[in-house]
Amino acid sequence: MSEVLINQILLAFMLVIAIGVLYQRNLFAAAMLMSIYSLLAAALFVVLDAVDVAFTEAAVGAGISIILALGTLALTCGEQKPRPVLATGPLLVVLLTGGMLIYGTLDMPYYGDPEAAAHTGVASRYLQDSANEVGPPNVVTSVLASYRGYDTLGETVVIFAAGIGVFALMGRGRRKATRKVK
Amino acid sequence: MQHHIVLQVVAKVLLPLILLYALYVQFHGDFGPGGGFQAGVLFAVGLILYGLIYGVDTLQRVISPDVLRTLMASGVLLYAGVGVLGIFMGGQYLDYGVLAQDPLQGQHWGIFFVELGVGITVASVMTSLFYAFAG
Repeated sequence: MSEVLINQILLAFMLVIAIGVLYQRNLFAAAMLMSIYSLLAAALFVVLDAVDVAFTEAAVGAGISIILALGTLALTCGEQKPRPVLATGPLLVVLLTGGMLIYGTLDMPYYGDPEAAAHTGVASRYLQDSANEVGPPNVVTSVLASYRGYDTLGETVVIFAAGIGVFALMGRGRRKATRKVK
Repeated sequence: MQHHIVLQVVAKVLLPLILLYALYVQFHGDFGPGGGFQAGVLFAVGLILYGLIYGVDTLQRVISPDVLRTLMASGVLLYAGVGVLGIFMGGQYLDYGVLAQDPLQGQHWGIFFVELGVGITVASVMTSLFYAFAG
């Protein structure tokens, strides 16, 4: 029962922070709020017993991505441009997309449902046989590195490609001279 | 940067712990939470913290962008290479069971090197991104 309470408090905090980000004109403050949002998400993952994911969320979401956002702010501008108060077109798009997403969740299994597709497929085999087939006590490692080795290779290549893409767009971090001209 | 003396001292105390913890997460990932991706990110966070406090130029003297570019590619190569090694030793691509006499031992080595490849690529890409945005 206390777990439900903790979840609700964390989700309430996240909602408040998300609204705060929307109303924040100062982009530095918005980046900091996003960092707190990620930290709360990491706490939520810990409550859900997904420590590996929590780890990643805390390091990437609350750490590196915010540092990159701050780096971008240092290269551009720290204040958001004022916009029209009500933009009908974008509002319609957002409402439509949000409505379709909520409609989509109606088909999803209930939280913790033992009959859910994720629990009836290969998951039980991973949990029961991975100690004999692969070895490591951490089943997440077995699934990521061995059973799903192709996927992880693909993910590594994606990260590599992201690095190459940033090199192509922004140079290799030797823009000292050009930056002073600005 | 003279007025950041508190930050500099705190960073000097924290840095070895962060890097050591990253290595722990890397090599203990089969037993505890973590693995190559998390370890790579943590290692990069340690380097970026150093760069934020002591300046990007100082960090580039520790590890240059050219070295990072080489490491980025070699992590992916290591991962793919383990798969190819599996073919040469009579198995299928990314089949680690054939890498040693005992299939479980083979799986252990396969996962070890694959995770190391992930860690190297992630750490060097993240640090390169920091260079690109802050350099």
